Amino acid sequence: MSSVPEEMEVSVWRGAGTSGRFEDFRVPAQENQTILDVVSWIQQHSDPTLSYRYACRVGMCGSCAMMVNGVPRWTCRTHVKVALKAGKISIAPLRNLPVIKDLVTDMDPFFDKWVAAEGVHHPTRSRDDEIERIDPEDSARLEANKGIECINCSVCYAACDTVAGNADYLGPAALLRAWTLYNDAKDAGKLNILEAVSGEGGCHNCHSQGSCSQYCPNGLNPMAAIAGLKRASAIAFLKGRK
Amino acid sequence: MLTLRLYMLQRITALLMAPMVLGHLAVMIYAVQGGLSAAEILGRTQGSIVWLLFYGGFVGAVSVHAAIGLRVIVHEILGLKGKLLDAFTWVIGAGLLVLGGRAVMAVTMS
Repeated sequence: MSSVPEEMEVSVWRGAGTSGRFEDFRVPAQENQTILDVVSWIQQHSDPTLSYRYACRVGMCGSCAMMVNGVPRWTCRTHVKVALKAGKISIAPLRNLPVIKDLVTDMDPFFDKWVAAEGVHHPTRSRDDEIERIDPEDSARLEANKGIECINCSVCYAACDTVAGNADYLGPAALLRAWTLYNDAKDAGKLNILEAVSGEGGCHNCHSQGSCSQYCPNGLNPMAAIAGLKRASAIAFLKGRK
Repeated sequence: MLTLRLYMLQRITALLMAPMVLGHLAVMIYAVQGGLSAAEILGRTQGSIVWLLFYGGFVGAVSVHAAIGLRVIVHEILGLKGKLLDAFTWVIGAGLLVLGGRAVMAVTMS
């Protein structure tokens, strides 16, 4: 005897660019099911034209983030039971990024801001030098360690109301990266970093609302990193280095 | 829209204003408790360089602080940017300075 599986009502954003609308689908409910499973089921069984993005399915690559019931989440590690509200789920592309099609956003602005925040390596040594020895207990190293698990999923960027109001703002992920490199003994670009995060879209625009830290799927704290950058740049300003 | 320079200006003016607000409240309570009339208050403040510096500094700090704060709000809520945003900031700052400056002059100059 087979039981008829219960179904969920799933509203999925469909459209390209700035135009689109939610389309409803009925999806069988399973005991263990992630939001990415739901999206995949729709694409495989209901509408093969649905576009979405994913790769690793285990929370490492950061490519499957979407807005789930209005909240940014990594969909491969978000259980349906966590997100379900009154048997319904809405799934939309990430906030604060241009939509390419359906659930796929253009991530270029997000990654361009990583570079704009000097989130690039500034080497202290060449390949001919000995590898720098790092003290794992050093306070700056411990600070840098707090940010290295960022998977670039853009959940914090989508959650940030300052990004929503100020398109030039570099955003939590890029600033977290800048703070991580600022504290890295193997990075020689400390002043470049402070310069990069002190402009019109820099860290000083953050209102410390904390949505980035609230929604980061890896439990990182970009708001604290931004506070660190504000502190470091203010000290440099007062010392006349900026 | 908030550069390091504007951020520092806003924080430094906030630091200046914190004791000034407390001083202003203390003076108000003192004046009311003591039952001073307007003429008696003006008799103490007019011609006083100390009150001129205190309230003149207060107005200066308010003008800078409020203009930068409103600049951020207007940019994020209304989308104003570039030269228009700069002009808005200067108009608010200068306006507060003129209005506050007139009040300070009326109270401290005989």
